[in-house]
Amino acid sequence: MSEEQKTVKAIDGPTRLEYRYSPGRASTRFLRGMEQKKILGQKCVGCGRVYVPPRGACARCGLPTEEEVEVQDTGTIVTFTIVRVPSQNIEIELPYCAASILLDGADIPFTALLRDVPVETVRLGMRVQGVWKPDAELGPSFDNIDHFTALDEPDVPFEKFQEHL
Amino acid sequence: MAERCAVVGVGQTKHDARRIDVSQVGLVREAAERALENAELGWQDIDAVVIGKAPDLFEGVMMPELFLADALGGAGKPMLRVHTAGSVGGSTAVVAASLVQAGVHQRVLTVAYEKQSESNAMWALSIKIPFSQTIVAGAGGYFAPLIRGYMRRSGAPEDTGIRVAVKDRLNALKNPYAHLKFPDVDFDQVANSPMLWDPIRFLETCPSSDGACALVLAAEDAVGASPGKPAWVHATSMRSEPTMFSGRDQVNPQAGKDAAADLYKKAGITNPREEIDCAEIYVPFSWFEPMWMENLGFAPEGEGWKMTYEGATALDGDLPVNMSGGVLSSNPIGASGMLRFAEAALQVRGEAGEHQVDGARRALGHAYGGGSQYFSMWIVGEARP
Repeated sequence: MSEEQKTVKAIDGPTRLEYRYSPGRASTRFLRGMEQKKILGQKCVGCGRVYVPPRGACARCGLPTEEEVEVQDTGTIVTFTIVRVPSQNIEIELPYCAASILLDGADIPFTALLRDVPVETVRLGMRVQGVWKPDAELGPSFDNIDHFTALDEPDVPFEKFQEHL
Repeated sequence: MAERCAVVGVGQTKHDARRIDVSQVGLVREAAERALENAELGWQDIDAVVIGKAPDLFEGVMMPELFLADALGGAGKPMLRVHTAGSVGGSTAVVAASLVQAGVHQRVLTVAYEKQSESNAMWALSIKIPFSQTIVAGAGGYFAPLIRGYMRRSGAPEDTGIRVAVKDRLNALKNPYAHLKFPDVDFDQVANSPMLWDPIRFLETCPSSDGACALVLAAEDAVGASPGKPAWVHATSMRSEPTMFSGRDQVNPQAGKDAAADLYKKAGITNPREEIDCAEIYVPFSWFEPMWMENLGFAPEGEGWKMTYEGATALDGDLPVNMSGGVLSSNPIGASGMLRFAEAALQVRGEAGEHQVDGARRALGHAYGGGSQYFSMWIVGEARP
């Protein structure tokens, strides 16, 4: 046996990760709202911007977000990507659109799955709406909105949302 | 007045997809020994060691700095770990330089590394977290929408990213340490490579690499002991910003603009495009070249792509960018920032070999990390500041 063959090149040592998250007060309000198909944001006492999901503070102003505001499950795509490569932790059929969506009434976008729309037709400014899971499957979870789908409405001009890129 | 500080030794490993010929220990040792050799110094000449790498989950080893201490000559000396996500290689060098500039140490060895083959960074970056939906994986899925935002905002021609990729990949052919080398690379090859996260194509994407980088930094009194030309540190700067706030501009982040402004002020630079000879910046996806050209003030907002298009950023352009082949060609994440800083030093030392920019006297090294929320940069020069 050569020296090369004798060298142990790699040994597997699997590591498992479980994450237990304590949501805190602001996220608890949001998650309880989600159980009832309500999207609850919070408004900054300084700049008045609405955070969804809320974190209890506005990182722009360094001030608390105290006033609770319900926002719509409709919104606008501010930007997006079409994912064409598989990933270890994600089991969504390729290709799919991951969109950055600004909900109506919110002032910060989040990333969500867009479905039932040919990926070639996705555009910046496209109007979309959340599709909720069946009532029996609702829990205190962001995943209650299973995905978003296109609305038959005119696109929103870029100027209206470009600060949210 | 801070003490003057210079880079007197530069070392790096051969970067590759799987450096299974060495352990993590062997990998960092390889870079550190080369830096010491380049500085013509021994382990006994080093006062302190500063090490950096990206998240521990990238190898699955918690606090690797502990078991790397003796291999890096850290036993009995101060040893410090830095972490600022993908920018860490840059901020590690900045922290090491600050120990010299503050007059705490005469000579500091600083090392940054990643051995991506020992775990799976894509997995580490896409674990299921309870407060958001996990639908994009890794950096490509995160940054692709920002690139689309830049394209819409600037109106840049759609092939800008392809041109950057061709340039960086051709530069990599001149760098013996680069991981990815495509000898026949051209526009069509990049354009026809598979779309991964639209608009990012396969050949517009950085690889996963194993590799390390090391620098020896010395105070003015200690510079003379190393025979090479010193790369004097003219300025360093770091800035961060919150991950999420309403109205955050992730295409042209404020923290990057602020860090650049601070850097130029400290270096006495008023016109960076004129006064800096070359720049090695953190471009993990080709479109980030024009984006960072604007963020760094080399081009007006919306016009960074013109520098690529006009060939200004080519090796023979008026501001060569990513002479080494950049992050697109070698990406041991934790080391990627320091490799940028090291390339800037190599250029002003006249030690960049085939990718040397003629007459490079002042160079910028840049790194960013996280969701474009950490920035670190430095300017090094031939002239003593």
